[in-house]
Parts: sequence; structure tokens; C-alpha cells
Amino acid sequence: MEHIITPKVEYVKLLNRYPEKKSVLGTLYLTATHLIYVEQTNNTRKETWVLHHHIMSVEKLPLTAHGCPLLIRCKTFQLLHLLFQRERDCQDVYQSLLRLFQPEEELYAFLYNPQQNEEDRRQGWEFINVANDFSRMGLSNDYWEISHLNKDYEICSTYPSVLGLPKNVSVATVTGSAKFRSRGRLPVLSYFHKDTKAAICRCSQPLSGLTSRCVEDEQMLQAISQANPNCPYIYVVDTRPKLNAMANRAAGKGYENEDNYSNIRFQFQGIENIHVMRNSLQKLLEVCSMKSPSMSDYLTGLENSGWLRHIKSVMDAGMFLAKAVCEERASVLVHCSDGWDRTAQVCSLSCILLDPYYRTIKGLMVLIEKEWISFGHKFSHRCGHLDTDPKEVSPVFTQFLECVWQLSEQFPCVFEFNERYLIEIHNQVYACQYGNFIGNCQKERLEIRLHEKTFSLWPHLLKNQHLYRNPLYRRSLECTVLRPSTLPLHFKFWCGMYNYYDRGMHPKQSVLDQLLSLTQKQVEGERTMTELQRVRGVVGVVDFVRVERYLTDMTLSPSHPFTSTIHCAFTKGQTQSLTHGLDW
Amino acid sequence: MEFAELIKTPRVDGVVLHRPFMPTVEGTLCLTGHHLILSSRQDNTEELWLLHANIDSIEKRFVGSLGTIIVKCKDLRVIQLDIPGMEECLNIASSIEALSTLDSVSLMYPFFYRPLFEVIEDGWQLFVPEEAFKDLESMTDEWRLSEVNKDFSVCPSYPSLLTVPKDIDDESLCKAASFRHGGRFPVLSYYHKKNGMVMMRAAQPLTGTNGRRCKEDEKLINATLCAGKRGYIIDTRTIAVAQQAKARGGGFEQEANYPQWRRIHKAIERSNVLQESLIKLVESCNDQSHSMDRWLSKLEASNWQSNVKEILTTACLAAQCIDREGASVLVHGTEGTDSTLQVTSLAQIILDPSCRTIRGFEALIEREWLQAGHPFQQRCAQSAYSNGKPRSEAPVFLLFLDCVWQILRQFPCSFQFNENFLIMLFEHTYASQFSTFLGNSVAERVKLLLSQKTVSLWSWVNRPQELERFLNPLYEPNNLVIWPSVAPQSLQLWEGVFLRWNRSTKCLDEAYQEMVHIIEYNKELQNKVNSLRRQLAQLETEDSPLQTP
Repeated sequence: MEHIITPKVEYVKLLNRYPEKKSVLGTLYLTATHLIYVEQTNNTRKETWVLHHHIMSVEKLPLTAHGCPLLIRCKTFQLLHLLFQRERDCQDVYQSLLRLFQPEEELYAFLYNPQQNEEDRRQGWEFINVANDFSRMGLSNDYWEISHLNKDYEICSTYPSVLGLPKNVSVATVTGSAKFRSRGRLPVLSYFHKDTKAAICRCSQPLSGLTSRCVEDEQMLQAISQANPNCPYIYVVDTRPKLNAMANRAAGKGYENEDNYSNIRFQFQGIENIHVMRNSLQKLLEVCSMKSPSMSDYLTGLENSGWLRHIKSVMDAGMFLAKAVCEERASVLVHCSDGWDRTAQVCSLSCILLDPYYRTIKGLMVLIEKEWISFGHKFSHRCGHLDTDPKEVSPVFTQFLECVWQLSEQFPCVFEFNERYLIEIHNQVYACQYGNFIGNCQKERLEIRLHEKTFSLWPHLLKNQHLYRNPLYRRSLECTVLRPSTLPLHFKFWCGMYNYYDRGMHPKQSVLDQLLSLTQKQVEGERTMTELQRVRGVVGVVDFVRVERYLTDMTLSPSHPFTSTIHCAFTKGQTQSLTHGLDW
Repeated sequence: MEFAELIKTPRVDGVVLHRPFMPTVEGTLCLTGHHLILSSRQDNTEELWLLHANIDSIEKRFVGSLGTIIVKCKDLRVIQLDIPGMEECLNIASSIEALSTLDSVSLMYPFFYRPLFEVIEDGWQLFVPEEAFKDLESMTDEWRLSEVNKDFSVCPSYPSLLTVPKDIDDESLCKAASFRHGGRFPVLSYYHKKNGMVMMRAAQPLTGTNGRRCKEDEKLINATLCAGKRGYIIDTRTIAVAQQAKARGGGFEQEANYPQWRRIHKAIERSNVLQESLIKLVESCNDQSHSMDRWLSKLEASNWQSNVKEILTTACLAAQCIDREGASVLVHGTEGTDSTLQVTSLAQIILDPSCRTIRGFEALIEREWLQAGHPFQQRCAQSAYSNGKPRSEAPVFLLFLDCVWQILRQFPCSFQFNENFLIMLFEHTYASQFSTFLGNSVAERVKLLLSQKTVSLWSWVNRPQELERFLNPLYEPNNLVIWPSVAPQSLQLWEGVFLRWNRSTKCLDEAYQEMVHIIEYNKELQNKVNSLRRQLAQLETEDSPLQTP
């Protein structure tokens, strides 16, 4: 709290990019966690909340005749343009924000308590269990087994403690292979495709340099190959552009020499590195925030950003894997440099293409836990959670979410979730409100005792899952492998993500909202229907009794116990609530 | 002329048909006077019926004795026919070429087509100016229906009845007509009930280089202004283009002579530029070898999306002047038959909820396009695959439909019709068994005796069994003015038309079906619940004596 120089500033303007009406004056509040802007006109109160963690940069713009402008850019692609009347206020807010949005020690998650007790917390963290996903795939089986060799993170410090390895592979092979791979990230199982027995494995680049080789690593790949009875070869996919991989060779790293490995088919995929992606996003956001651009400015900017080209390259690589597995029944080993960025993108994307489970609300959580969090995608660095090296920041995970969104545009009925789920996950990754995306690998998370100090995001998302449902989802379609078109013209700009806060750009009526409310109505309608039918049953009996009563009018008195029991069941209040209860 | 003369080979066996995303079909190819037909011998469902009029261009290729004809259609579909035998192939190709480029209107299919359905509601009688005027009369008495053009002599491209200010006599109209390009003097296009403001349209004034003026023209448009109020003239051309027009006798309204009007220039492209744009767009949509960068740069270079944006922006401007500024508007470009109509018709869709119903939209097309003299036959003679030198072809109406689709996408619940309705209209403007879009003006249509000899598109579309697939299940009448966003991010490529043949629609169709299913099921459920409630309520009242024994 000592960072907040001024907790409240009045007469602040929030400038709209598309001014619909004259902007009114509002009040700005700074709290320990949020920046809140409140606009009060006659009888409407409009609040804009921005989490300090979402702020990417704060910039003081040159003084104008209208006041002192402050530009706040967020990691969620929100852009706030504030105008202060007094320069003093602007400076105070600026100073405060600088310290608030880049905390040196405590992240929000360590303070945040979603009103849960320790038991809830524990259960929340156990809700998604990556080991369960191995059993879902059918592990252990004749080909693959679950290994605890890395339980102390000694073989590979950035891998999870539980690994999937080819059955009966020797410890010597595992440790030997790990030594030959960058940062010890040896080839391990990412996904086992039950139907074809083909596997997707991941690792980092080999330390092959120009001439080095490693028998254990060769044995390891041999073992992966042998774990697939349906195909005599495996694909080794280097997701980098060939030039980058070759440059790495000079530094003692590089890629597999086909001559040294038996039966591998080597393939480059040409996905660019984190720096290229960071710059690309930067350019894309410049396009998104242009003031009334012409169509030509926009399209040229979109092209020059290269963003969609990169999305396509990730999608192409994902498709390559999925095709190899389902069409050739071939196993695939994927790596990039360290095997935690491009490799994570490509492996998780191919899982979604291959397995309908990952297209469900829970399945996507599992996939993110598995391929991203536990395999050491460096969320803290890539998202710049703490004051980190800006060169480490890169929108690798955002690109993955976008690929999923692109797929959902081509296949509107195969995902259980809608676009908002992806956007919410994206926001949460940067919010640091929950602990899931803090830290760079499992070992680190264990060391900072994350599970004891923070809460897990997933139960929170599940609680709100009605918001994230795709009303068009059809479970019956789920058994298919997705084969998206990767022609350039089938990729769209994701306005819902990058221009999320420019509501004026979005469709004014939402088909999704319409259908969600209909499905909600449907549930209520069905409930009412059953209730009504039940009551009609009872009434039917009463009716029957009434007829009976007329027939035996002479002999049965109205106070006869039998008639009054039935009569009680059919009280006036009960039917009334049902006949007038729901407003159709 | 007999069609038989043009058909050198009426029938070839063993022809293989290739269509994107569909299995190949082998069968017999037949040429008739108006159709190219391919039917497989095994299965009648695998049939192709293609109107010759739909064929935009063809290409021939030969490998040995196997000939291949690539047929490129005006609805943008490309199909391939493999024809065994070089002579047959050449014959078929030259026959198709001859039959698809017939010059005489009276040889067109609508004159030969006999409907297989009973015409219950004659489309020719549906939208007559008298009816529209009755509506107007119920709102205001400031206007009258003039017969000055009853023999089409004052303005050949106008209909015989025109709505003009009450105080302007026919003589003045004639004088104003002589001051406007093609005799298209200012007439009423739309009356905004909410505030009594109007939108008028015309052609450019013939001021020429020496600044001619016409008192009657000035009086005519001033008559639409309330005392002390200013109006807006929206010239769809840039000021530079409008200046250049002076050299050719055209021009724009000088401030000095029209002091009550503020002129705004916009930049909607002329029709020949639009045709170029369409050709480039379709070419890049069909080239699948592009990298992402190349695709985006081709899309940008085609300028199609820019055209969409400019037209929509101008329409929004017109609507804004009327609804927000409370001012009357006069819209014109050069001839007043293309960009002018795009703007006036779109502005009405934005402002007037009745234009968003099926009937209302049909009436709008009838009023603002057919009767307003958009030269459909010239504009739609060729589509994106024309390889000859373009004459007066231009996708002016297609751009209008694209803009409507953009608004529909942004307001998916405010239109009674769906995307298929717009696509259907696009198809029928280029090739049809119905004659609605034949001819270039009312005068030409009257001369062709279309209403006696041919069937109107509306007679067919408005039948309940056809209408069903054009209804938007999400429609909820919305009486508001709908303002679309014209930010580039908000405008998308109209995939339903431009990528229609380049993608598999299976998944999208499933999604649409699912949506319809959800809505239908809900209605059903609602009915059931309501009827149960009624039953119960009834039982309850019948039971009342039992309550108080």
C-alpha cells in the first residue's frame, strides 16, 4: 500500500477511441490490486476495473491543451487513455502505477483468497491430475510406462516428476540421452494415440554440434520407434526454421543427423523464435490501436506484422503431427531449441486435432497443465510476471490459444467451450490471481510452495462453466480427427481477442448470447415440464377421485379420509406456482 | 434463330465432371438451348444443371485425345469437364461459348421457362409505386405522385410514376430534368417517419465549366427543407472527380446557388474500377498456392474490402444526417444509377426496420434498384471471370449485398432473412430462370412485356416452401436504427460468396442446423409447457367446488 501516492483522483477523463458521445469526467481510484475508473452520469454508473498485473506499460504523453494524458497498455490488449486536469495528479498516478504493476516480490496470487479453506485449496490443486491423463491414454501398456526416474528433478530440472517412457528402456539410456539434450530435456511421451499406437514425444535439441553423437540418445529414439508396432520409422520434427537450427550447430547444439539414427525421417517446420513472435505481436497491436485506419492501412499492417503467418506456421506443424499419427500411424518426436515454447505449441495443438477429449472444458485444462505447465513452459518469463528480462517475454501461449480459436471457427460444433473461455484463460494467465501460471517449471513451483500459498484457477473456471459453454457443441461429432484447412484465406484476424476492449467493433448482437440464453431456458423449460407433468399426474388422480366421488356421492362423505389425502396433495398454491412461475 | 444451329454436338458419353469438395461424376453431357446438363447413369442425384447464362468464360485444354473444358461460372464456381474425343470437346466448347453469349434478350431463358409451381402471388403486382405512395400519404401530405414521366420521355431510366414535392409542378420537373444527367431530377427515396426528414436521389447537375444553374432544380430541392434548416448533399465522388466531370458537362451544386445545402464528397469508386476489384479478389481467392503474406497483400490490392468500407461509411453518413442531425439529404454521383443507389438503399436498411424483413427488402430492391433504373443487364452481363475488355459490367449490386451481409453479421437478430437469401439474390442477378433482373430500366422491361411473358423472381421466392430456407431463425423484430461498425476489423471477407466453392461447408452447415434445432426445440418446449399450464389451470377451476366443500 505504501506505493499508492494518491488513492483517488477526481475529474479524470477516459478517452474513447471511437468517441460516441462526449467523454464525461470520472473518478480514478488506486487500490492495492486494481485501478478503478468510475464514470457517474445521472443514473448510470460505469466502472472500469484494471488489475495492476494486467498492466504492461504506463506512459506519460506530452501535455495538451485539454490536460495531461496518461496511456496505459495492458497485457490483455486493453488500452486506457486517461486525461488528467492537473499534471501533479498525473505524475502521482504514474509513479504509483510504476511500482504497482511491476511488483518486486509478492504476486497477487499470494494475497488472493477466493474464500476457500485449506481443504478446498488442496482439492482445487488435485482437480487436474496429469497422471490421470496417462491412464486415460491407456498407460502403462505394452509399449509405454510411467516412470518416476525424475522424481527429484535430477535428470531434468524443468521436466515434471512423472514421465512417460518407452517400456523397458534402461536407466543408462535415459540418463545418457538426457545428457545429450539441451538442459537435459530428453525425449519423453507427450501423447499416446490408442487407436494407432503411435506416440507424440517431445524433447529439446540434441547437443550434436557438427559431429557429436550419443549412443544412448540413438537408443532412446530406437526405443520410441520400437514402441510403435504399426510403423517402422519415426518422424523427428524440428519446429525451427532450418537456418536457425543450423546456426545452433555451430554452438554445439543443432539437430539429429539422419545417418546416426536408424529409421528416422527428419523434418523442419519453420516456426520462428520467441523474439520474432514478440515483435510480430507488437506490430499487430500497433495495427489494432491505429486511429481510424483505412482498410488498406489495416490489411497492409496485418500483413507486415506477420502475425497470421506465424499462426499458420504453428497450425501447419500441428497438422503435420496429427497427420503422421492418424494417417501414417507413425510416432513423432518434436523439438525446437529448449523444447518449451514451439514444442509445447505444436504438441498441444496436435493433441486437440487428434483427441476430442482436449476439446472439452476440462480437457483443455488437462492439456494446458500437461503440455505447458508441467513441461516447463516458462510462464513467469514469457508473461513477464515479475520484473524480468523483456527479451524473455513472448506471446507463445497466446498463439496456442489463437490456434484453438482458429480451429473453432472452422469447426463450430466440436468444442465444448466458446471463445470467452479462451479469452478468460488468457486473462488469468496474466492476472496472477491464481497460482497455476506462476513459476517456470514444476520444481520451482514446489520450491516456492505454490500449492500451499495460492489457489488453483481450474475450480474457479469450472464453477462458471455455464459462461463458457458452446451451445452448438455436439458430443456425437467428437470422435473425429480434425483436418482444418490451412490455406491462408481460412485464417482470420481475432478481433474478439486483440480488440476485445473495443466493443464498438464487435457485432452488436451476439449469436452466442442468444443461444446461451436459449439453452438456459431449455433447461428451465424441461424442469418445469417434468414438474407440470408430475402435478398433472396428481391432478389426474384428483380428477379421477372427483368423478368417483360424484358416482358415489350418496355413500361417501366429503370428509372421508381417502378424498382429503389426495386433496391435500393438490393444494392450490402448488399449481399456482407452476402455472405462473416462469415467464416465457 | 434456332438454338439447334448453335449446338454442334448435343450429347457426349463418358464425360467426367470435377467439382471442388465433391466426388467426381462420370456421365452423359447434354447441351440444350439454355442448359448444360450432366447426368450420371447410376444415380440421378449426381446431376449438374447449369444455365448457359451462368457461364462467364471457358478454357480448353488437350492431353492426347482427352479434352478438358474448365467452366467458370458467374456465381464464381469453377468446374472441370473431361471430354473424350477432341472433336466432341471442341464442339461442346464452341457451342457453350455461343450459347452463353447470346446477344438478344428475348432469347434468354426466362422467356422459355414455364414454372412448375402455381403462381399464387404474382411478383409483378407486389411492389407498385402507388402502394408505396399510399404508405407515404399516411405519414405526410407534402408529396405527390407525378406522371410527368409516364411515357419515359423526361427520364428514360426512371419509372413512370415518381414521388416529388407537392409544390413543384410537372413543368418545373421537366426543367430540372434537363439540368440533371440523364434527366434524373431529384426524387424522393426515403421518408424518415421519426422526424419527417427525407432522403432524395438524383444524377449530377449539368453545371459544366461555365457554372450553369437551374432555378427549378434549386427550388425543387429547397422545397424539401423546413424553414431555416439546412440539408446535406452527399456527392459519392471525390471533389477531384466531381471537378473533372465539369469538363464533360457534369458537375456539382455550387454553394452560391444552393446556400441552404452543405455538400460532402465521398470516394465510392466508379463501376469499371469495381469490376477490376472483383476480378482481382476472385483471382486471389482461387489461387491456393499463396503464402499468408501474398494472400493478404493480394486481398489488399484487390481493394474489395476498401470498397465495402467506403460504401458503408457513406451510407452511415447519410443515415446520420437524417437521424442524428435531423437534416434532409440529397445523394448523387455521376449518373445516379450505381453508387447513389448503394448509398440510399443501405441508409434505409440502417434506418428503417421494415427494410430488414423479407418483403421489405424485396420492396427496397424493387424501389431503389429496379425501378430506380440500375442497369442490371449491363452490369451483370459478365462476372469475375470475364476475360474480354469490360464494357459496362460492374458488381455494383453485389457490393450492396456484401454491405448488407456485413450489417447482418453485426446484427444477426435484426433481419428476417439469412445469408442464403442474399446469396440467392446474387445468383439471380447474374443468371436466372426469372426475369426480374432482365433489362436496364422500367422502360425496357415494359417494352419486353416481361410481366406478361415471364415469371417474376418474387413469385417463386415468396412461396412458403422456398421462403423457409431463407428465414433467419434468430430474427426478433427490432425497431431501432442499427449503426454498423465500419472499422476494418469489423468488416470481413464475405466467405459465403467468395470462398463458397473453396471450402467444405459441412461443418458450417452442421452448426447452422444445430442452431436451428436449438431454437426449434425451445419453441416446441415452450408450447408444450404452455399447453400443460392451460390444462392445469382448467383443472384447477373445475376443481374449485372441491376446495370449498
